[in-house]
Amino acid sequence: MKILVCISHVPDTTSKINFTDGDTKFDTNGVQFVINPNDEFGLTRAMWFKEKQGATVHVINVGGPETEPTLRKALAIGADEAIRVNTPATDGFSVAKQLANVAKEGAYDLIIGGRESIDYNGGMVPGMLAKLIGANFVNTCISLEVNGNEATAIREIDGGKETLKTSLPLVVGGQKGLVEESDLRIPNMRGIMQARSKPLTVKEPADATSETVAVSFEKPAPKGAVKLVDNVDDLINLLHNEAKVI
Amino acid sequence: MSVLVYTESEEGKFKKIALEAVSYAKGIADAMGTSVTAVAINGGNASELATYGAAKILEVSNDSLTNFNAEAYADVVAQAAKKEDAKVVILTASANSKFMAPLVAVNLEAGYVPNVTGLPVSTSPFKVKHSVFTNKAFSFTEITTDIKLVGLAKNAYGLKEASAAGASENFAPNLDAHDFDMKIVSVDKATDKVTIADAEIVVSGGRGLKGPENWGMIEELAGILGAATACSKPVSDMGWRPHSEHVGQTGKPVAATLYIAIGISGAIQHLAGINSSKVKVVINNDPEAPFFKAADYGIVGDAFEVIPQLNEKLKEFKAQNA
Ligand SMILES: Cc1cc2nc3c(=O)[nH]c(=O)nc-3n(C[C@H](O)[C@H](O)[C@H](O)COP(=O)(O)OP(=O)(O)OC[C@H]3O[C@@H](n4cnc5c(N)ncnc54)[C@H](O)[C@@H]3O)c2cc1C
Ligand SMILES: Nc1ncnc2c1ncn2[C@@H]1O[C@H](COP(=O)(O)O)[C@@H](O)[C@H]1O
Repeated sequence: MKILVCISHVPDTTSKINFTDGDTKFDTNGVQFVINPNDEFGLTRAMWFKEKQGATVHVINVGGPETEPTLRKALAIGADEAIRVNTPATDGFSVAKQLANVAKEGAYDLIIGGRESIDYNGGMVPGMLAKLIGANFVNTCISLEVNGNEATAIREIDGGKETLKTSLPLVVGGQKGLVEESDLRIPNMRGIMQARSKPLTVKEPADATSETVAVSFEKPAPKGAVKLVDNVDDLINLLHNEAKVI
Repeated sequence: MSVLVYTESEEGKFKKIALEAVSYAKGIADAMGTSVTAVAINGGNASELATYGAAKILEVSNDSLTNFNAEAYADVVAQAAKKEDAKVVILTASANSKFMAPLVAVNLEAGYVPNVTGLPVSTSPFKVKHSVFTNKAFSFTEITTDIKLVGLAKNAYGLKEASAAGASENFAPNLDAHDFDMKIVSVDKATDKVTIADAEIVVSGGRGLKGPENWGMIEELAGILGAATACSKPVSDMGWRPHSEHVGQTGKPVAATLYIAIGISGAIQHLAGINSSKVKVVINNDPEAPFFKAADYGIVGDAFEVIPQLNEKLKEFKAQNA
């Protein structure tokens, strides 16, 4: 089985979000970038397929040279090869187009992406990719088994879960549950050394146009001070009469 | 030309988010000088959609669409959009809407923006405000395609009544075999519990509660308020509560009208996910807990004392205000 894991390169969850150039650009100053958490769960599940079912695992990012340390980290975790499509990720659709181009060439059986990137929260790239290459698609995937050409997936729905049977080629939008938090791997020295000699191929982009343009950004208005009370009667009173939420 | 809105239903009743989406579609239609067409798949009583501004309702009744199926539902919405020559298509923030949205987008060659927090800032160019960086910021984004696909954030618009004709019409989409490549084996859904996605009120517990055996009082509080229960990430990582209750940047987003956090410190990753809730209450025994900076109301106190008292008083309050 050939697996492609889509890796989005995002600010670490502790990052303070600021903008520059008159609030038109994300300020990367001092920001630490990581593998998108949803993708890390997917990558770890891919390692399981590699170890238990002999799968080959490639990772891919659409982005500039600054994303290579993130791809190297994925190699250090255990992916066999990395691909970077050398173009800035401008919107979900153009990224999906670039991924589709590589996915078709590589004839992958399974493509694992994340439910969403924690930066722009698009939640669209894996679904668009699936549609563009005519593969099946399961979103918010919290469990995945593959047996020959058949896949069994569990997806989270509002208020529960749903078990689905489908066939490869398949694209999933994954999240925690694909593996547990405790299964995540911190690259060890050996992995890091090996990652240096694994292939990281840079591909030039295919033609793809953006469909959306982020024009400017804004931060939420600062919050007023908290009202502290020392008994539950006051709290109930405020929630009922002032906030009007109960 | 019209604004098309997909209206979700459950067990033959339109969901509240569907009615909110119709209200929102009406707001956009008014701004663009056009009208709203709703599409409903095995939906509820169509006249209900008219109350919120649907001029026309495309009703699809089809037994093969009894269960949600992203591929097929996306085809239905896309075909309805083409038939109506819709330039704007509205979806919501439900798990199913978010599942099918990218498929609809490719189908219609429509630019898609999710988590939109209000009416477009302008309709020409078509520019919307939406939350990004998991509620740590907003982006103003222009959709440049002919057809625009908008995902409305939860609780972002509210219900607004607006009378409209609500002419109902049967709509029979063309579905093919690929639409049914995915088979549902089983659905596991607690029907007696309020879900985090639908809840107006969410009661959430953190590591301060010490162990899973102490959740009885949290469940009780949620029961009194008709609320959903949630938890911080370590609580679900340790298996005290199911993963489906994990909220925050890497868990579920919460956009409730009231969020009550008990024994949760207020780490940045937690706050990011619950920030768009309207009113936040914190109960924590550490006055320095960062959550107090993000809260509207707070009690500095021991949860094991405060919550039982709160439950008793709330029961009395509910009895009086029933
Ligand atoms: C990549 C990444 C992603 C993350 N994503 C998320 C996420 O999505 N959601 C999330 O929640 N976290 C997330 N976290 C974890 C986050 O950083 C915090 O560790 C977590 O939110 C802390 O959970 P907590 O508040 O329950 O526990 P703690 O930080 O241990 O806080 C417990 C609180 O309970 C209070 N307390 C103790 N006893 C009592 C008592 N008797 N009565 C009242 N209060 C009491 C304490 O004062 C304290 O404030 C993430 C972390 C990382 C690294
Ligand atoms: N630039 C990118 N390169 C590779 N994969 C991406 C990129 N952007 C998004 N993805 C994948 O698509 C998922 C959802 O992203 P998004 O639609 O941007 O929220 C991510 O979790 C990744 O798996």
